[in-house]
Amino acid sequence: MLLLSGSSLAAEEPSIVVGSKNFTEGVVLGELVRGMAASSGASVGHRKALGGTRLVFNALVSGEIDIYAEYTGTLTHEIFAQSKAASNADLRDLLAEYGLVMSESLGFRDNFALGMREQVADRLDIRRISDLRAHPELVFRFGTEFMERGDGWHGLQRLYGLPQQDVLGVEHDLAYRGLAADDADLIDLYTTDAEIAYYDLRTLEDNLGYFPPYEAVLLYRAELAQQQPAALAAVLRMQGLIDETQMIAMNSRVKLDGVQEVIVAADFLGENLGIAVAAKSSTRLERFWRNTKQHIALVAISLFAAILIAVPLGIAAARWPRSGQVILGVVGIAQTIPALALLVFMIPLFGIGAGPAVIALFIYSLLPIVRNTYTGLTGIPKQLIESAEALGLPAGARLRLVEAPLAALSILAGIKTAAVINIGAATLGALIGAGGYGQPILTGIRLDDFGLILEGAVPAAGLAIVVQLLFEWAERAIVPRGLRASTRA
Amino acid sequence: MLEINQVSKNYADVCALERCDLSIAAGQTTVLIGPSGCGKSTILRLIIGLQTPDEGSIHFSGKRLEPSSLPALRQQMGYVIQDGGLFPHLCARDNVALMARHLRWPAARIATRIAELAELTHFPVDALDRFPIQLSGGQQQRVSLMRALMLDPEVLLLDEPLGALDPMIRLDLQDDLRAVFKNLGKTVVMVTHDLGEAAFFADTVILMRDGRIVQQGTMQQLLREPADDFVQRFIQAQRSPLDTLEISG
Repeated sequence: MLLLSGSSLAAEEPSIVVGSKNFTEGVVLGELVRGMAASSGASVGHRKALGGTRLVFNALVSGEIDIYAEYTGTLTHEIFAQSKAASNADLRDLLAEYGLVMSESLGFRDNFALGMREQVADRLDIRRISDLRAHPELVFRFGTEFMERGDGWHGLQRLYGLPQQDVLGVEHDLAYRGLAADDADLIDLYTTDAEIAYYDLRTLEDNLGYFPPYEAVLLYRAELAQQQPAALAAVLRMQGLIDETQMIAMNSRVKLDGVQEVIVAADFLGENLGIAVAAKSSTRLERFWRNTKQHIALVAISLFAAILIAVPLGIAAARWPRSGQVILGVVGIAQTIPALALLVFMIPLFGIGAGPAVIALFIYSLLPIVRNTYTGLTGIPKQLIESAEALGLPAGARLRLVEAPLAALSILAGIKTAAVINIGAATLGALIGAGGYGQPILTGIRLDDFGLILEGAVPAAGLAIVVQLLFEWAERAIVPRGLRASTRA
Repeated sequence: MLEINQVSKNYADVCALERCDLSIAAGQTTVLIGPSGCGKSTILRLIIGLQTPDEGSIHFSGKRLEPSSLPALRQQMGYVIQDGGLFPHLCARDNVALMARHLRWPAARIATRIAELAELTHFPVDALDRFPIQLSGGQQQRVSLMRALMLDPEVLLLDEPLGALDPMIRLDLQDDLRAVFKNLGKTVVMVTHDLGEAAFFADTVILMRDGRIVQQGTMQQLLREPADDFVQRFIQAQRSPLDTLEISG
């Protein structure tokens, strides 16, 4: 029931689902794939900026998406790092074991590189990565993925014997900001990043040949060839279509000119293939409504389910003190898991999207409600419980007629706390493709667009306030008048 | 009416009641009296089933009190405690009607019964819709009494019903209570630590100490023939200081 209603949040049921990694080029390529597939008449959905490499690759393996753009170097050094694939043929064999197929190159490489501001590099006379050895005081800021990847920082540090100590992970798109503000001396770059020219950066020569080539390719599920041959044929026209300059130009239009990916992709297809793609950039209001609907659905479903489970749990905890300690302990531990980690734990169990986000939010909402139900019930004066018992009311009727109304204020306060926490935590749902107000926040971070961040942050705060007011109104309606008089006295 | 046989009750290490035998006659007012901690409240709590005896048995109208018989037997008992024990989320009327509604009495029967009780207990009808917090202490106890009497029980159990009230209100309610007891002819068991109150209500007084019954009889017997030194001192301690004052002029 929960899963059903969770997945139905993604209203339409397209026959092909495109995925993309959470950086601008990934999203642009995703839009291009969508445009091409749609030109064959197929109904296509795009789950934008789903997450990092592993998450998107796993989503492809599990069939939650059908196709996405990847890079060969990432496959050899990250996904199949253990297998030591030397050639594209090796890679195809490995992918076949997962039922996946790799296209030919799309026509450009997007390599990893290290970059510094031109004037800083010039002053320190750094041209090659080896030159960094002489400057241990330099501050390095790398994209979080680069910090952890098999082809990332650790291997690089070993190969070149780099001595720098001040090395931290940041969001890739924020790293440029840090560089510009002189908070960092060196960051990792993608060679097709628009910012390289914009910030006047020098890319250091990889003189020991650490970075493999990162040929842009498409990965797709093998059954696409049988199920959607026309769409696949259309998509594969992208092979060899895009050169590096064109890719940089597209990235630049999105990141520096603030044009939406869907428009940039449609323009490219129109100019180069004469394919007219119906592309409409979403207006602020449309996005607001869509995000609001998704966010409220995430919160409402998870909160409602939490109330249904947590109130009885709280009642049980109050009635049987020994099992009560166990119940409170378990939901307490669930609460100590950071919301972000809880979301990520959901992925191997339930995949990506609204369903797992709802489950994570549900778990996160339990504690305040269980605890407040428990304290509300155990805080009722003993003589009132005994008076109800002495009247001859059986346990069920005592709970319904006396204990529940007396604990109502506390239970309602617990639900209110859970709701407000839930609204905030739900913004993280966008990290696993659940949509909601987190979507514009993430996109805003990626595009370095403060307005877009506010587009998510302001309504999320507003929703929390509205919900708070609703609960205060509900308190007046639900909590018996006699209790309110006593709280005021 | 109520037979208590060889009942013992311990709280943790403290012995509240030790092999207690007691027979309470129908239609009479029996007052349990003694210093605090003597076990008098425990007897009431055992009768209403809020506690179960560690040893011994209690019979009500010939039926043994046990978990299976308790719900039915409780409906034949009314219980009033010191601060009323009224449910703060319910108005006076709903407090009184709670159990009758649970038993699905028709609304008309409930309304009639509440009207009778309000008259009997001298409770103002227009205050029936007030919440406990909006009532005075004396009014709260009247509501508590109405609630206890609602199902017309055979036995009325009162645990220090006047204990928390101002002297003036107390006097007022005391008169009304006695009138109610006389009117209804119910079996009443009342707990108090106040000798004057016991004298005012009791047909039979039971004086307790440390979980045992020290003396049982009419108030006159207690005053004239105290069973032992303790009874003597208990009575002496409660003589009003006013009695010993010479009124001059």
